[in-house]
Amino acid sequence: MSATTLTPGTAATPQQWRKPRRARSPWLHVVMVPLTLLWLSPVVYVALIAFRSFDDIAARGLAALPASFTLDGFATAFSGGGLVRALGNSIAVTAAAVLASLALSSWAAYALSRFAIPGRKTILLAMLAGNLLPPQILLVPVARISESLGIADTLFALVAVQVGFGIGFYTFVLHGFMRGLPEELFEAARLDGAGAGRIYWRIVLPLSRPAMAALAALATTWIFNDLIWALTVLRSESKFPITAALLNLMGGYSSAWNVIAAASLVAAVPTAIVFFLFQKQFVSGLLVGSNK
Amino acid sequence: MSSDVSAAARPAGRGTGAPRTAGRGGGTARPGGPSLGARLRRVPLLVWVFLLVPVAVELFWVFWPAANSFSLSLTRWDGISPAEPVGLANFADLAQDPIFRTALTNNALWVLGFGVLSVVGGLALAVALNRPGRGVGFYRSAIYLPMVVSMAVTGLFWRVMYQPGGPVNAGLEAVGLGSLTRQWLADPDVALAAILVAAVWRQVGYIMVLYLAGLKGCDATLEEAAAVDGASAWQRFWHIVMPQLRGVNTVVFAVTVIDSLRTFDIVWAMTRGGPYNTTQLLSTYMFQQAFTSGNLGYASAIAVVIFVLAIGFIITYLARQARAEEQS
Repeated sequence: MSATTLTPGTAATPQQWRKPRRARSPWLHVVMVPLTLLWLSPVVYVALIAFRSFDDIAARGLAALPASFTLDGFATAFSGGGLVRALGNSIAVTAAAVLASLALSSWAAYALSRFAIPGRKTILLAMLAGNLLPPQILLVPVARISESLGIADTLFALVAVQVGFGIGFYTFVLHGFMRGLPEELFEAARLDGAGAGRIYWRIVLPLSRPAMAALAALATTWIFNDLIWALTVLRSESKFPITAALLNLMGGYSSAWNVIAAASLVAAVPTAIVFFLFQKQFVSGLLVGSNK
Repeated sequence: MSSDVSAAARPAGRGTGAPRTAGRGGGTARPGGPSLGARLRRVPLLVWVFLLVPVAVELFWVFWPAANSFSLSLTRWDGISPAEPVGLANFADLAQDPIFRTALTNNALWVLGFGVLSVVGGLALAVALNRPGRGVGFYRSAIYLPMVVSMAVTGLFWRVMYQPGGPVNAGLEAVGLGSLTRQWLADPDVALAAILVAAVWRQVGYIMVLYLAGLKGCDATLEEAAAVDGASAWQRFWHIVMPQLRGVNTVVFAVTVIDSLRTFDIVWAMTRGGPYNTTQLLSTYMFQQAFTSGNLGYASAIAVVIFVLAIGFIITYLARQARAEEQS
């Protein structure tokens, strides 16, 4: 992006192409350039540290500019920290939970938005309310329930609780969307003899793709980034997703900052990719439920 | 039965390019209502299944456990021997527990600090970056990049920043504020504030996104008219724009408080409530009591306190959503 090279000096000159109502003052850039740099500095620093060698950090301090370039940090994090397995766990849980959440919540949203279900508004708001509860009120019983079902310490339990907790919000959002689909399409499909299931599959799902994409982007980052549910239902390190594994790694390599920085970057990269690929969907996903 | 069956439904998925209904075609009516036809169909069996499966999943994993927490909060239980009912003793103990009181105070400070800093920051940035222009897209992306990083990873990032020889101290020395350098996360006086900075760093982008959307919905002609009448930029913002952002403000307020009461990951990643419990929040203390100390009944009592504190804001948020439902 060319904007990255923008400096306060060049900022005052352009702008004719857009015909602004008022001339834009250069102060915006005078303030925003340093602020943006400051904002990105933690990420930049961690990235620099991740590529430095342990000796370089030990000799010259964490804050010094790099005098070495090595992938040792990443190598150690991947070999000793079990990062590959943790990343695999995270991806498996996220994929399963996002798919299951969207499937189930699109069913509920379809039923609630298109059929005369008694008390449907109450059901909808109650489902949303479930998602707003503080997770702390669920932790102890969820741990106990997953134990009594014999699924404690399995990735399945983590998927199940993620789906259960998220479903209310996704249903609420999809309901708002599906309600807006044009009735004519449904009418036409019914005249052609399509039943409720066929209409869901052939009309509702394809037309809801934008809303589903927004929710998928959002849910992916939420579930991938989760820590508290993982700590609640999982016990053995081999099952930990990346967030929980990172905190463990922190204990094992407490002074090897290059390893910790490298592992943190690895944990941040997948959601960053989702964000940059689906920035528009992601932002619109954040906005749902905040309708003005 | 609900009364929100208007045909001109507006999709909630903002900016997702939803198809809109052209009008009231298709013959619409609410059941029992005056208009003709039936937009809402009689419910086939399959649709009951569609509804009941997700509802059952949520009942089982959310509402049933939540109800359990309430009854557990009235017991003393270590998770192994049977729970022993103790009435309200857990709550009486909480009132006497200095760590709980620290956590409660910290949580109050957290709500205030987290709310004020992220709202002021997010709103200021939204106003500054509202109009398109050179670099604006890049600035926006930079501000909301931290949002995609998990709370746990944010915590680790900032642990690196706060290390004794780390960038924060080095930066302070570079600008001549060397006297301020300290062991940020080990100093009981500043540890909570240090974590707060990290949390705000991540939250500002989210608040900015909400306000940017709110500003887009504001009527620009009002502001122009005020400008013609000689209102200063500040007057225009405070008297013209702010009142139009009332809806966003409610959502931001509720979301911030609900998020503050949930905050766990970042504290757990940075200090685990230490040093000497000075950064303990209700959520971290609850977690520690439950899963480190094994006091499941006592932990449930803390959870109930969190719930009671949150419920007012949850209802505020729900009421707003319900009203938005009706309007659309």
